[in-house]
Amino acid sequence: MKRRTLLATAALGLGLAFGGAASAQGMDKVKACFVYVGPIGDLGWTYQHHQGALALQAEYGDKVEIAYQENVPEGADAERVLTQMALSGCNIIFTTSFGYMDATNSVAAKFPDIKFEHATGYKREHPNVSTYNARFYEGRAIQGHIAGKMTKTDKIGYIGSFPIPEVVMGINSYFLHARKVNPDVELSVVWAFTWFDPAKEADAAKALIDQGVDVIASHTDSTAPLAEAAKTNGAVIGFGQASDMADFKPSPRVSSIIDNWNPYYIKRVGQLLDGTYAQTDSWAGIPEGEVEIGEITDAVPADVKAEAEAMRDAIAAGTYHPFTGPINKQDGTPWLAEGVTAPDGDLLGMNFYVEGIVGDIPK
Amino acid sequence: MMGIDPALLISALMVASVPIILAAIGELVVERAGVLNLGVEGMMIMGAVCGFILSVQSGSAFVGFVGGALGGAALSLLFALLTQVFLANQVASGLALTLFGLGLSSLLGQSFVGIRPPATGVVPFGPLADIPFLGRVLFSHDWVVYMSVVAVAATWWVLKATRTGLILRAVGESHDAAHALGYKVRRIRVLAILFGGAMAGLGGAYISLVRVPQWTDGITAGAGWIALAIVVFASWKPWRVLIGAYLFGGISVLQLNLQAAGARIPVEYLSMSPYLITILVLVIMSSGKGKAALNAPASLGQNFHASR
Repeated sequence: MKRRTLLATAALGLGLAFGGAASAQGMDKVKACFVYVGPIGDLGWTYQHHQGALALQAEYGDKVEIAYQENVPEGADAERVLTQMALSGCNIIFTTSFGYMDATNSVAAKFPDIKFEHATGYKREHPNVSTYNARFYEGRAIQGHIAGKMTKTDKIGYIGSFPIPEVVMGINSYFLHARKVNPDVELSVVWAFTWFDPAKEADAAKALIDQGVDVIASHTDSTAPLAEAAKTNGAVIGFGQASDMADFKPSPRVSSIIDNWNPYYIKRVGQLLDGTYAQTDSWAGIPEGEVEIGEITDAVPADVKAEAEAMRDAIAAGTYHPFTGPINKQDGTPWLAEGVTAPDGDLLGMNFYVEGIVGDIPK
Repeated sequence: MMGIDPALLISALMVASVPIILAAIGELVVERAGVLNLGVEGMMIMGAVCGFILSVQSGSAFVGFVGGALGGAALSLLFALLTQVFLANQVASGLALTLFGLGLSSLLGQSFVGIRPPATGVVPFGPLADIPFLGRVLFSHDWVVYMSVVAVAATWWVLKATRTGLILRAVGESHDAAHALGYKVRRIRVLAILFGGAMAGLGGAYISLVRVPQWTDGITAGAGWIALAIVVFASWKPWRVLIGAYLFGGISVLQLNLQAAGARIPVEYLSMSPYLITILVLVIMSSGKGKAALNAPASLGQNFHASR
């Protein structure tokens, strides 16, 4: 532990080192590069990926060199950034947002010797492209449970970013578990159509609060929704998203989903160093420690906290799957029969709401 | 289905529009003096970061707003130097100012990420705030909201009814004539630019101190460009700035509320509606017998060099 702390400090001191391109075959030194969709200072999604990058540096010391670029727009710009990174001697490139999917695959075709790792996507068109994701819906189940128990107005809200399976999955899991403990609960979904725009996220949270919502979960990257909830003097609660967001403890932030990418990044770069690297499609969750549940604060009654923690432990032990039948789709057609758990394929392509949610998913 | 409370909606749109009103009224004065400063976004974000830093350091939100105004004005001084002293192209200088402001604010704000600024309280109106509807709409805001309306009224009055306003407009309409009459064209324009910078800075500080309230890179997220569009939309008239900003803010807030209320309207259209309507109104305004175009200050965007 002590050695790690020391190295972490050293890594922080080093910061962004330049030069020293490793050879593609030898791998006594790896240059790992990261593409971020927002600023590291979002204290959410990108911040956690960067923590993973720093952990990587701490683990392998000078055998690993890291480089990163923040605020890379999804789409055509990403392709330019990726190409530039590939030309600058990166051995492995982690692209950390869904919208980089096509850019990652098209650049990967041009650089077969470089490994590409795309977060939250599903396209692996070339042997050098792997995908990795985390089972965030496991954390959403626990948030839904707390939301269903805690809401006084029976109205809960969800700030969605983009209508992709990843987010729809989170909405469904959140709603199912809120409904389970509170049959009267209604869910309002607001689509922000951005991953990061603090003013817009704050406005979305305000709109939900004005509509009488008193528990807000967000799927965007900044702490703005929590800051908005904080203005209500405890009437509205929310959750830390992607990162712990501990600044808003004990309320409005009553718990959080923490993305812990450290084990995955350390494992993949380790495999690259010792030559065991192979293409994968990784989807780990609470059991593997990739999704962590941040401390449930005292703003939550002790019994609710105990139930939420029991659910977390059951998911960790593999005895409970958040999508266990019977579950119907929004239009009432059956999706999962009694006792059946959702196959991963269904989840990864999820484009429907479950029964009880009002509204349509934007196309 | 849940309904939308008009009182909550109006009070929300008043708050959401404040940054745009402040920045736009500043830019309006600059443009009425004949200078086109496209650096509003850059000055806003400088105001946002400077205001945030100063309010955190001092523990006072008011000091933060003063700092925001100073930060915006400081950046605009650079623009004034480039365009009024070195006679650089105004469009290029303005765009450069935005890029520079975005970068510099990111650098300055590095160690202030994740901190919460001191709160800006609601002005206490006592029993007035309890009046149904009006209390929520008119008497439940922080002082900056009221100041933004006062700023519009004051700008209107100064431009219309005072000697200062007359001189400012003269400089914007014909700098040669104003120069011939003995007015210091360059000095007046520099002062107007500073005013514009300070107002944009205030607007930015409102975002980082009240609306979000925290510091993150790129926090203004394009509000400066909207402010520029609103000035044209308003055909350089102060009260129309207020209407334009409320219209834009209103639609932005309304679309989120409609979503939250579960309205059965496709979200894609709701999301783009504020921008669509802004474009639409701009098109209508400028096609109306070329009136909007005629109302533009005649010397807008032209550099002045006293050759005689």
